[in-house]
Amino acid sequence: MHEQKIPLIRLAKRDSMEPWKVWCIRGSSFLAAILLGALIFLLMGNNPIAAYGTILSGSLGKKTAIRQTVKLAIPLLGTALAIAPCFKMRFWNIGAEGQITAGAMAASYFALFWYDKLPAPLLLLVMGVAGAAAGGLWALIPAFFKARWNTNETLFTLMMNYIIIGIVKWLQGGPWEGRPGSQMIPMFDSAAVLPKIFGVHCGWIIVLVMTVLMYIYMRHTKHGYEIAVIGESENTARYAGMNVGRIIMRTMFLSGGICGVVGFIVASGANGTLYDGVAAGVGFTAITVAWLAQLNPFAMIGISGLLAVLEKGADTLQTRMAVPASISDIITGIFLFCMLGCEFFINYRMIFRGKHKEVA
Amino acid sequence: MNALLLLIYNAVLNGTPLLFGTVGEVLTEKTGNLNLGVEGMMYMGGALGLGGAFYYEMFAGQNASGFLAVLIAILCAFLGGAFGALIYSFITITLRANQNVTGLALAIFGTGAGQFIGEYMRTTSGGYVAISNHLKSAFMTSPLPAALQNIPVLGPLLFQYNIFVYLGIMIAVLMGLYLRRSRSGLYLRAVGESPSTADSAGINVTRYKYLATILGGGISAIGGMVYIMTIAGCVWNHEGLAGEGWLAVALVIFCLWRPVSAIFGSILFGALMILYLRLQLPFIPDQIYKILPYIVTVIVLIFTSMRNSKDKQPPASLGLAYFREDR
Amino acid sequence: MESFHAIELRHITKRFGKVVANDSIDLTLDRGEILSLLGENGSGKTTLMNMLAGIYFPDEGEILVGGKPVSIRSPKDAFDHGIGMIHQHFKLVNVFTAAENIALGLSGGGKLDRKAIAVKVQEISDRYGFGIDPNKKVYDMSVSEKQTVEIVKVLYRGADILILDEPTAVLTPQETDRLFGILRAMKADGKAIVIITHKLHEVMALSDKVAVLRKGKYIGTVKTSETNPQALTDMMVGRSVTLNIDRPMPVDPTPRLEIQGLTCLDAEGVKKLDNVSFTAMGGEILGIAGIAGSGQRELLESIAGLYPVASGSIHYTPVGADKAVELVGKPPMEIKKAGVAMAFVPEDRLGMGLVGGMGMTGNMMLRSWRKGKGVFVNRKDPNALALEVKERLEVVTPSVDFPVRRLSGGNVQKVLVGREIASSPTVLMSAYAVRGLDINTSYTIYNLMTEQKMKGVAVIYVGEDLDVLLELCDRILVLCGGQVSGIVDARTVTKEEVGLLMTRVGGGKEDVPHA
Repeated sequence: MHEQKIPLIRLAKRDSMEPWKVWCIRGSSFLAAILLGALIFLLMGNNPIAAYGTILSGSLGKKTAIRQTVKLAIPLLGTALAIAPCFKMRFWNIGAEGQITAGAMAASYFALFWYDKLPAPLLLLVMGVAGAAAGGLWALIPAFFKARWNTNETLFTLMMNYIIIGIVKWLQGGPWEGRPGSQMIPMFDSAAVLPKIFGVHCGWIIVLVMTVLMYIYMRHTKHGYEIAVIGESENTARYAGMNVGRIIMRTMFLSGGICGVVGFIVASGANGTLYDGVAAGVGFTAITVAWLAQLNPFAMIGISGLLAVLEKGADTLQTRMAVPASISDIITGIFLFCMLGCEFFINYRMIFRGKHKEVA
Repeated sequence: MNALLLLIYNAVLNGTPLLFGTVGEVLTEKTGNLNLGVEGMMYMGGALGLGGAFYYEMFAGQNASGFLAVLIAILCAFLGGAFGALIYSFITITLRANQNVTGLALAIFGTGAGQFIGEYMRTTSGGYVAISNHLKSAFMTSPLPAALQNIPVLGPLLFQYNIFVYLGIMIAVLMGLYLRRSRSGLYLRAVGESPSTADSAGINVTRYKYLATILGGGISAIGGMVYIMTIAGCVWNHEGLAGEGWLAVALVIFCLWRPVSAIFGSILFGALMILYLRLQLPFIPDQIYKILPYIVTVIVLIFTSMRNSKDKQPPASLGLAYFREDR
Repeated sequence: MESFHAIELRHITKRFGKVVANDSIDLTLDRGEILSLLGENGSGKTTLMNMLAGIYFPDEGEILVGGKPVSIRSPKDAFDHGIGMIHQHFKLVNVFTAAENIALGLSGGGKLDRKAIAVKVQEISDRYGFGIDPNKKVYDMSVSEKQTVEIVKVLYRGADILILDEPTAVLTPQETDRLFGILRAMKADGKAIVIITHKLHEVMALSDKVAVLRKGKYIGTVKTSETNPQALTDMMVGRSVTLNIDRPMPVDPTPRLEIQGLTCLDAEGVKKLDNVSFTAMGGEILGIAGIAGSGQRELLESIAGLYPVASGSIHYTPVGADKAVELVGKPPMEIKKAGVAMAFVPEDRLGMGLVGGMGMTGNMMLRSWRKGKGVFVNRKDPNALALEVKERLEVVTPSVDFPVRRLSGGNVQKVLVGREIASSPTVLMSAYAVRGLDINTSYTIYNLMTEQKMKGVAVIYVGEDLDVLLELCDRILVLCGGQVSGIVDARTVTKEEVGLLMTRVGGGKEDVPHA
């Protein structure tokens, strides 16, 4: 009798969904992203199949290509791992970009000024530790204010990025400048460069080990449990006797520390020097990687790999088909939009007017 | 012009793109949507705005009118930003995805799309996208009569700016009036403060969120166009926007979500960005000047949270998706 | 003058799933009168009124406003019929002024004319003696001022039928008096007013008519002048029902918890507990009766160390020890370690004590996560415990890792109670442990309590259902307005006696407004 007042589509939170359905939804949104990307290639006057083929062959077709792709995936995966515990805690750390830069800066200090005073393995170790400490401390600042005065961490961590990047710019053109006027920091001594294993700097081993460790940390340690409870409800955490402020600071130190190690890996392994663009947007992209992986470290391997394939493939696309390499950002964006949006269909169900049947 | 006058003049010029970016984002955030994709939207605005003027001139040739070129550039930029904001709105408001992550995805997408369009225009038009000096002057010089401009001191201080300075200030003042004085502005703020209260008072939360976010995205994007057409000199280069969008997010905090304060904030930030050229102090390197806007923003953020003044807080529902049945 | 009722409800029925919240209810309300809607918690008062306010839509029955049948589908519809409801939880924007809040959602010109709104607000304010400042920000207001804004908001929209849902629950006695003054002024102005309450003295002091609901059913309406608290209590609690809960005699009860002169204030400085003294014995179940909000929650929380104690002492004698220790001032963790366990089922169930997104295992860990050396958390024992609780309490869940948020309410409660019992406490406190549970599950919980009692545990059971309290407990402590109005032997006391103590009729020391 009050039919007309019921809206056409009503939403309700979904209790649960069979895994196969979940994967169907994710699969189809992935497909949708591919099709939207194809549409863009068509609009540009390129053959989409050829374009996707070039992306695949350019990123995975040759040994050297694969190495390049892996090199791109390393910092993405490492940083996504760092972000996972913060996001699990509902602490929106979007300052990974700055924490990477801080880590790279500290590691570079030892690479530039201590390379002749320490044996190579020890030097690398010191660089790694310094990177971790610097990244951790840089992250600790917003965490402290969050814990003490509940200062908005999203905006704080964001601002911290540009402060540290500015400092590196200054070092680059000032105290650490190599050839005067070059605005560049000299290349590291070979002792400060990460050794290669299978043709790629050994950072890939470090991040893979970290993946396993992070999985264990989140799943099986007391810290991991505390983080999970705080993410669910701070009140419950207090009820269970947890010191929420301290856990926030500790977790952010860890997160920043891992970012710092990533900074060290990138500066020492990939670039062999320090410059202001050392993080190169990885800090932001990694957030989307971590989120799409639902904070599962192993899923992050796949997603960061996928984004690396897109990025490397787009480079090849530029050289072979004269399509600007920024197409990779567009396709990455489309992919992210589709994957972000599809979670809705997993978490909510739509109830259409007049029918009591649910539609996915 | 003496040094101080020159500093103020340049501060205003450099602050104007920021002003657009900020005012747009203020409108968005006032409905509780934290759109971190400002940089992306401004990129799209920059590329499309330049493209609009460029292709208009190619089409119209010698007869191209400067006024029309400005109008087209504004329109193209606005549509570019509004499109980005529409994607964001759909994903966060209708599909209720995480705002931070979606905003960052938009930043990635938008910078990519902006670069892509810029590069594409450059390659298809023989390696260089630029408009003629005749049109450039429509973007870069003052629209006001020479008599006003030539008044000593007041002329350069008030009347020698390009059209976007006046437009930006106008939009900021109108936005301030709208938010503070109008009925719909009150409802809009209620949506950002407490969507469930607004909803129970019969205000259409979804509509307000969509409209404000899309309009805000469009306004922000105009800022990108202004940057390219005034500061970057009407050409597309690899530098792109050099982080203007992120600075705009900072300025939103700095001005405590008040559009009129954003006018002064943008001038201050503009001054900080160019201060190293004008005011060289020993021991303070150029680059340190450039991070000052971020440092003062952090300080403002800390102080507002410490003092916990109820009037100076972010909109209470900022960053949270609203689902009626969660009540 | 022949006139219609302001509101007439005919055979209103509302179901939530299998639960019948309102069962064919008839009710009338006239202009210039105050009607009290009386009933215990869960008797369906708020549900019924929400149907007038447009929050719910009745499944069956008819609503007549001014003699005409209407259908009220939204709060806006309700306003259009002149009905306004003031809910327990205020819907106000904190950073807005009173006037701005009042203007929210109204249609009108594009320009917000703050002056005009302020003038009209002032007018309403003067007429009934509200004394509110239209330009004061909500965050600067006391609870009572916020409530006033809500009332003005409703009046501003032209409502002449007002419904107030437990308006005095958040007020101090002085504020309550002021509110009653305002309500009388509005009644004199010809408005029709319903107040939902379970406080008998307020009913007697304020209303013209009283309608009583019990367990979703309409019991009857009486004129306040023709009734007395005793009769109303009988209507509210009804006749005794025999439940046949197994109740063995306590074996060798020993004092476990001695509470002396406990007083607690809330954040606003209102006394929530007032000089409460009693002893809880190991080996017996002490029931706590009282109308909701009489200080039950505060009592349990202050024992557990979660609520600040203003004065008084809580002495705890551990098993086997002969010296008591003071619990006041100790952190919650230490009190827990000493063996005082609390299973508090809050209204939203998952608010405290449980993590909705985790499975039973994860929730069992909430008590034990700190145990053991090293960085790793022990999952084995909690997992075994979860399986045991699942088995013993027959928790219906696909697995012990299935998020508890998705379990039904009863199962959530079993998880909570099961966990607390499993920590083998010496004092077990539970509040509303059977709220929303079906009969069989409730009996499982009762048996668990008795089992604990026979193990020598001091069980404190806060309950809503008097029949259960009378058959489950050994002694019953009755709270009224934060004070102990009596401690009685559950085996000999009658339901009516407890009911009177709950409303302090005969048990209270002062200010009982007899008719």
